[in-house]
Amino acid sequence: MSLQVVTANRLDDGLVVFLTADGGWSENIDQSRIADGKEAGDALLAEASVPELDTVIVGPYLIEVEQQDDGLVPTKYREVLRTKGPSVRQDLGYQAG
Amino acid sequence: MYRYDDFDRQLVLERTEQFREQVKRRLSGDITEDQFRPLRLMNGVYLQLHAYMLRVAVPYGTLRADQLRQLGYIARRYDKGYGHFTTRQNIQYNWPKLDEIPDALLDLAKVEMHAIQTSGNCIRNTTTDQYAGAAADEIEDPRPYCELIRQWSTFHPEFTYLPRKFKIAVTGSPNDRAAVKVHDIGLRMHQNDAGEVGFEVIVGGGLGRTPFVGKTVRDFIGKNDLFSYLEAILRVYNRFGRRDNKYKARIKILVHEIGVEEMQRLVEEEWAQIKGGSLRVDDAEIAHYIEQFAPPAFETLSDDDSEFERRKAENREFSNWVRSNVIAHKQPGYAIANVSLKPIGGIPGDATDTQMELVADLSEQYSFGDVRVTHEQNLVLPHVKKADLFSLWAELKNANLATANLGYVTDIISCPGLDYCALATARSIPLSQRISERFSDLDRQHDIGELKIKISGCINACGHHHVGHIGILGLDKRGKEFYQITLGGDASENAEIGKIAGAGFSEAEVVDAIESLVTKYLGIRETGERFIDTYRRVGMDPFKEVLYGDR
Repeated sequence: MSLQVVTANRLDDGLVVFLTADGGWSENIDQSRIADGKEAGDALLAEASVPELDTVIVGPYLIEVEQQDDGLVPTKYREVLRTKGPSVRQDLGYQAG
Repeated sequence: MYRYDDFDRQLVLERTEQFREQVKRRLSGDITEDQFRPLRLMNGVYLQLHAYMLRVAVPYGTLRADQLRQLGYIARRYDKGYGHFTTRQNIQYNWPKLDEIPDALLDLAKVEMHAIQTSGNCIRNTTTDQYAGAAADEIEDPRPYCELIRQWSTFHPEFTYLPRKFKIAVTGSPNDRAAVKVHDIGLRMHQNDAGEVGFEVIVGGGLGRTPFVGKTVRDFIGKNDLFSYLEAILRVYNRFGRRDNKYKARIKILVHEIGVEEMQRLVEEEWAQIKGGSLRVDDAEIAHYIEQFAPPAFETLSDDDSEFERRKAENREFSNWVRSNVIAHKQPGYAIANVSLKPIGGIPGDATDTQMELVADLSEQYSFGDVRVTHEQNLVLPHVKKADLFSLWAELKNANLATANLGYVTDIISCPGLDYCALATARSIPLSQRISERFSDLDRQHDIGELKIKISGCINACGHHHVGHIGILGLDKRGKEFYQITLGGDASENAEIGKIAGAGFSEAEVVDAIESLVTKYLGIRETGERFIDTYRRVGMDPFKEVLYGDR
């Protein structure tokens, strides 16, 4: 079964965020609510796509993740970059801490 | 340089206020993202991987010192202390907050700048030769015509919803530094048999997923008729350009599908209807715009400066910089100084806030407050006295802005790629950095000579890979980045689209592959041949062999 989380960009500052267990949005992927399998994924995305959230986030979508020792890691490199920041500027983005 | 009149000023301020209201309505939920997206795009605001991106127009690549200084301020105030100069002679900021962008636009408006025509399916910001008004080989400064194109095209009611974006480039020199043959319309200034100066009109060039070298629809159009002729082309495109498929919507596809003769016929037919109308620009009006771009107050100098020659003889580092980065000026005793934004191992086109401010200061001190942005992602101080070059170089060097590599293998064009861009399929900056480091030795760069490497992180080709002597296209192959190499591309007056060498290379292999191509070239070149000349003489096979052997 594939594990998925919902990501989006926050409306006001554009930064990358993830849908959390309590229905909020976090900059930290490890606080994401995880859906296991297609049905759960679809339900999670539906929850993130309600019109009320249009003033909070932009463009929610599902990404596949793996549970690794140090936390959740997206399977696609594009999404790994979104959780960290540009690979060529490690002083910027979330990776800068 | 052109200064805004009251009309321009009002137009930009009104646009800024409109956008402030649009952002307010978006944040409060009065309009949805679907409604807002086209509005933000018309103001240069994209949503990229990590954040919003603001693209600011640098019309025809010309900046005044106060404008560049303000770009530095904006980098610090609204971004993370840097900006990225693009292959469209514009600048992009990577981290602005949506709710602060209206303030950033207002700060831009204070120095007569804006983000109009930097996105959307309109006529985009016109590009030209970065050495306009300075180059020794120029027929005439192309910028008065670029400015007239700007005025004609900005918010043109008929051309605000074209089938797709539309890019115009102009060269005033026979040596094309503006890549006019790979634009929707390319204008090449030349003289006709009667000795009049006008333009060859080239249509349907472009890169992206379907690259074409443009075709000439008219060998000569006089200056007075240029704008009605452009209008005729745009009308034909607006009417017949495809709207059913985004990937077939550019004018290059129309020209390709109906053929250049039919295109010509349609344009001439349309032009016949409008050529005597209000778009005919008379000599007096043209003269007014030429006056706006009048040369600065050059001193009368000898072209030989003994102090300059002495410095060159004494300082090898300086003479190396002069060798690659300094270009002949039309005015005796002056030179064009290129400021490389390609430090070895650096990010092509990136400049920090303080670097921008320094170049602004230096331009005031040494170049009449005039700065240019190049489509190859460097900056230019176009009017520097030869006697001042050494002092200028010393100050640039202190700010890591004196890399002596213009036109060499480390002067790489690279799009932002997957490190920033939402469309990218692979990273391009890290690859440019590794190639730059591999070839960092300057003696080796001199030995290799002119070699244009251009890297795009996806098929949209913002990094112009199709017209790189060596082009690199980053793709995604089952979740891994891999890189396709093209050879023989050329963006100059001898424009050609490069040919794909063969199967792509992994991230680990690709730098070695590039080096093997260069080694092969060094082994087989004849005296005086650049990489592209050797490629044209011997063709693809010898290069293919070093890349793939028996594969």
